[in-house]
Amino acid sequence: MTTWPILSVTTFLPVVGALLVYLCRGEDEAAKRNARWIALWTTLITFAVSMIMAVRFDPSIADFQFVEKANWLATGITYHMGVDGISLPLLILTTAVMPFCIIASWKAITNRVREYMMAFLILETLMVGTFSALDLVLFYLFFEGGLIPMFLIIGIWGGPRRVYASFKFFLYTFLGSVLMLLAIMALYWNGGTTDIPTLMHTAVPRSLQTWAWLAFFASFAVKMPMWPVHTWLPDAHVEAPTAGSVVLAAILLKMGGYGFLRFSLPMFPLASHDFAPLIFTLSCIAIVYTSLVALMQEDMKKLIAYSSVAHMGFVTMGIFAGTMQGVAGGMFQMISHGIVSGALFLCVGIVYDRMHTREIAAYGGLVNRMPLYAMTFMVFTMANVGLPGTSGFVGEFMTLLGTFKVSIPTAFFATFGVILSAGYALWLYRKVVFGELVKSSLMSMKDLTFREGLTLFPMIALTILFGVYPKPVLDMSAASVQQLVNNYNTAVSAVKAAALLH
Amino acid sequence: MSFEISEYQLAPVLPELVLAVGAMALLMLGVYRGQDTTRTVTTLSVVLLVAVGVLVYLQPAGKTVTFGGSFIVDDFARFLKILALIGSAVTLVLSTEFLSDPSRRIFEYSILVLLATLGMMVLISAGDLISLYLGLELMSLALYVVATSNRDNAKSTEAGLKYFVLGALSSGMLLYGASLVYGFTGTVAFAGIATAATVSNVGLVFGLVFLLAGLCFKVSAVPFHMWTPDVYEGAPTPVTAFFASAPKVAALAVFTRVTLTAFPGIVSQWQQILVFVAIASMALGSFAAIGQTNIKRLMAYSSIGHMGFALVGLASGTLEGAQGVLMYIVIYVAMTLGSFSIILAMKRNGQAVEQISDFAGLSRTNPLLAFMFAMLLFSLAGVPPLAGFFGKWYVFVAAIKANMFTLAVIGVLTSVVGAYYYLAIVKTMYFDEPAGQVDPVRIEVRTVLAVTGLFNLLFALFAGPVVTVASAAAKSLF
Repeated sequence: MTTWPILSVTTFLPVVGALLVYLCRGEDEAAKRNARWIALWTTLITFAVSMIMAVRFDPSIADFQFVEKANWLATGITYHMGVDGISLPLLILTTAVMPFCIIASWKAITNRVREYMMAFLILETLMVGTFSALDLVLFYLFFEGGLIPMFLIIGIWGGPRRVYASFKFFLYTFLGSVLMLLAIMALYWNGGTTDIPTLMHTAVPRSLQTWAWLAFFASFAVKMPMWPVHTWLPDAHVEAPTAGSVVLAAILLKMGGYGFLRFSLPMFPLASHDFAPLIFTLSCIAIVYTSLVALMQEDMKKLIAYSSVAHMGFVTMGIFAGTMQGVAGGMFQMISHGIVSGALFLCVGIVYDRMHTREIAAYGGLVNRMPLYAMTFMVFTMANVGLPGTSGFVGEFMTLLGTFKVSIPTAFFATFGVILSAGYALWLYRKVVFGELVKSSLMSMKDLTFREGLTLFPMIALTILFGVYPKPVLDMSAASVQQLVNNYNTAVSAVKAAALLH
Repeated sequence: MSFEISEYQLAPVLPELVLAVGAMALLMLGVYRGQDTTRTVTTLSVVLLVAVGVLVYLQPAGKTVTFGGSFIVDDFARFLKILALIGSAVTLVLSTEFLSDPSRRIFEYSILVLLATLGMMVLISAGDLISLYLGLELMSLALYVVATSNRDNAKSTEAGLKYFVLGALSSGMLLYGASLVYGFTGTVAFAGIATAATVSNVGLVFGLVFLLAGLCFKVSAVPFHMWTPDVYEGAPTPVTAFFASAPKVAALAVFTRVTLTAFPGIVSQWQQILVFVAIASMALGSFAAIGQTNIKRLMAYSSIGHMGFALVGLASGTLEGAQGVLMYIVIYVAMTLGSFSIILAMKRNGQAVEQISDFAGLSRTNPLLAFMFAMLLFSLAGVPPLAGFFGKWYVFVAAIKANMFTLAVIGVLTSVVGAYYYLAIVKTMYFDEPAGQVDPVRIEVRTVLAVTGLFNLLFALFAGPVVTVASAAAKSLF
């Protein structure tokens, strides 16, 4: 269909941009400006290329498209790239969020701008690669490689406790991932290859399924993050610079969900079925408990971080429900959360740039000085709550619907999350935006600048568009999700039938 | 048996002969022309090592045996010999500055490195216990002297003496083991031992244990690692770089050859020893390095840990395991030489600095150096997409195939612990305030750094051919 390797181009274009940034030597203002512009153009061009892919993508085909294959390591480990309806939306989310990150860092980052831009561009390559790799080793390369730039982003440009947060982030994720690496090796010897499409059709013995599922779970649960291994997230979010938090919330967390959809369900359907109650329990705890924790937070970023954990609980719950609505809803929730939480972190970043504090108590009455900001913040708060008409509603509703068919208690407890999220989100909004403007330090606050508006208004449009018309995202993933769900249910029911016969 | 020396029999040892004769010639040059020739001798030594490397490369593929089976040239030997020669040559290049100091213009240094390299080549090709011991001692005796080459420095002489005493002890153990093995099998040739040692008996196992203890000393695996931190710290930095690279190649090579070709019949006997040694080395390497403040000492613990990882591959006792060891050692040598070239580059006002705190803020004062070091450290920690990850992949994939899950799980967990202290150095370089300017880096150090750094960064691109060569080399042992 394509004559040029569009997927590799999308993946490696940011690295080319990073090299260009490197070549612009100098520490003066001109060099910084060049670095910013090169980074912005690179991310925009990457986004444009990924949009070409979105247009050419045929949503009626469930299998992988834009496939590229080349020899790499000997014996069954190849350079194999491709996207389907599950990875393409996440890939586009990645390329779409990156320009916003660059714009959001335009004024906020003033020291070591070149290194900053290079770190983000390299991170983009690794994230896009994660979603498009069709070989387990290649996937692991991209998946783990992302730790290096993110570690540096948190550690160099982060807040006061950045060292602690960056170490915790790195070691936590690394620990989860090395266990997955061993499972990848076991799968390699089981199937003779690490080719993902081949492995999806390779039978995995029951005991290996269990162990491999647990090993993959160790990695993805940390990345997601699921309760109780979520504790690195609030620290990383609080200390990271604004754009770092945006990438973390919008994209890096989605790698966990993507991993469950790409590996756990298709490759280990029986283990996934066996462990579904565990996932349901952890998801419910995540939804209810972290929502309660969010209620107690005094730091805006920490509050949003805990709310992310809660929202990711809906995703895991939906995915492991194994129903069409659940999986599609989980998929949609990931995209929606990517936009909404990213935007919320941008909103926090905007007031942080002005006041240099994220303490909720330091604010109040912003609506008097910043009406435009108040409006923007409100849209995303409502989307975070899951108000009908925003994208947040669609995802939560579908995952709850999908789970209801499988496990009523899970859906029952998870629904409390919707109420609790209204509690903490509205509380945050009231404390920060409403009330009298009494604090003297806030008197001189200025409303959104053009640059800040540029980052937020497209996201408002998307939030509302997907809220009333979620079809584009759902259609894109429908065929692949349908195939995934069918294969999963076939595998599970085959075992159940066999169990009945004996 | 007649011992006619025909041309046919000498062809396989041609590279060794050239190296030996060349080393003698250079020694004569130095002796008759005095200490002024240090620079010339060093340069010619590098040329000689490269020439020998080319000779090894040009040797015909396949297996040739000479001296009645004592000397084996196969793909495995050629692969590792080239690697050891590269290691030695790069170390000599890195030593240029050390040798240019008027008080240290000692041409013998290069000669000793050449002789040690000759020992390594004999060791790598050893086909029986006698040539093994011959190569090992030639290598070790030269190394003891090199360790003390900074003779006015108390630490350097202490390091050399310590190394000598402990090294002599380990040689004694190795010899004792070798004599027991000879006593119970009736032969010293590996092939003969393999046919005789099909069932384990106490005496043979006893010999095996002592043999392995001696070899563990040479690769500095726990519990025979005690000398490593002191020697690494005390010896001059170029010498430490040498100790950490080429001799490790030779020692691992002979370790692999002895276990896989002389004792394939009693795998279960040496496997459990190796599993213990590997786990102990990985654990000690990761935990003990955490508290270190001296970068050379830290690298010593790091190398102990890395030897543990390499032995994980060997412990599986399979073809994949041998291939894993080969991949690991190639990548390890590149990472080590890169790291030591950075340690050599760290100078303030002409003085070498070795404390980890001296690296503070290096990313501001010398961004490229800091970046290269950071990437090497991430690579040592085994983070993809850098070279170190592929080394770990190949040894652990072998362990998984051999169903050694406990070993593999412990191994990857210690690698997470190890990641902590590598990260701590990255943190010092990137997150801390600068500790002052570093001197401009010399051209030869920069060249070595560029080559090893790019190898490390871009390994994923050309991993395929390296795997193919390593796999062919590993096959020649089976």
